[in-house]
Amino acid sequence: MAEHTGGAASAAHAHPTIRQYIVVAVILTIITAVEVAVFYIHWFGVFVYPILFVLSASKFVLVGAYYMHLKYDPPVMTWLFVGGLVIATATIGGLWALFNGFGG
Amino acid sequence: MTASHATATTHVDTSPDSGYGTTLRISHRKLLMWAFLASDCMFFGTLIANFITYFTRNEGTSPFTFLDIPYTSVSAFVLLMSSLTMVIALACIQRGDEIGMRIWLVATALLGSVFLGGQYFEFTEFYHKGMQLTGVNLFSSAFFTLTGTHGLHVTVGVIWLLSLVVVSFTKGIKSSESLNVEIAGLYWHFVDVVWIIIFAAVYLVGNTMTAPPLRGG
Repeated sequence: MAEHTGGAASAAHAHPTIRQYIVVAVILTIITAVEVAVFYIHWFGVFVYPILFVLSASKFVLVGAYYMHLKYDPPVMTWLFVGGLVIATATIGGLWALFNGFGG
Repeated sequence: MTASHATATTHVDTSPDSGYGTTLRISHRKLLMWAFLASDCMFFGTLIANFITYFTRNEGTSPFTFLDIPYTSVSAFVLLMSSLTMVIALACIQRGDEIGMRIWLVATALLGSVFLGGQYFEFTEFYHKGMQLTGVNLFSSAFFTLTGTHGLHVTVGVIWLLSLVVVSFTKGIKSSESLNVEIAGLYWHFVDVVWIIIFAAVYLVGNTMTAPPLRGG
């Protein structure tokens, strides 16, 4: 990992190198291509939903961990963000259950 | 070891953005940005929940016949690449390369503008096909509210990035002030991850749920 040569705010934390950033971008592009391919290939049946969920969640985690530096910053920031994410997911799940899951 | 050498090796960064002296040893500005992003997460969560609820209760013409997946895939790719240019801009300023930072910030703003142009084109197409924000159907309202709010966030991000470029030209941004770029970057990456979810939930999953092959399978 490349250490910062400047940036007082995060001088104590290591961040990825530009090469690693590019590798992450290539992985993100490949995952996006796979997502679109999964959409057009009709072999997966109902499994298309968990597959798309896993693929988009992987992209989310990659951007959060490497581009937003959550992998390298103090864990309190991850917990803060995950807290909001959990509430958002619970809201989506709750409304889905309310309107569709219980005969809505 | 001389006294002066000992002083040099135990230097403590006490600048305002270093987090020195705070309980968590984290810059308050950065922590506040994460708190804002967490709240924005909840905001988009409600909009996505609203979309899911409304599109499953939509009546009339199947709205997904309007959505162009290859076109939106390119838009998603453009936004992903803008996240790459953003982190490169941050890496540049952290090593004191202000010119490099300007170039990559402008590149990021340009990619964001391309995304916005694409969204404008898409919205115009939908409008000509009968979709509107209000008065047409539940899908139209929920779709425009969700994607329009995201577009508004991208617009704010582009303005923010260009403001940083202007500040760089007028006052200059030192490597010790890289937190200003890092915070803008956090916002930009958040906009990117929200689109990752919207692309999957609205365009891919939503479309798949109405596609004939899946109904059969």
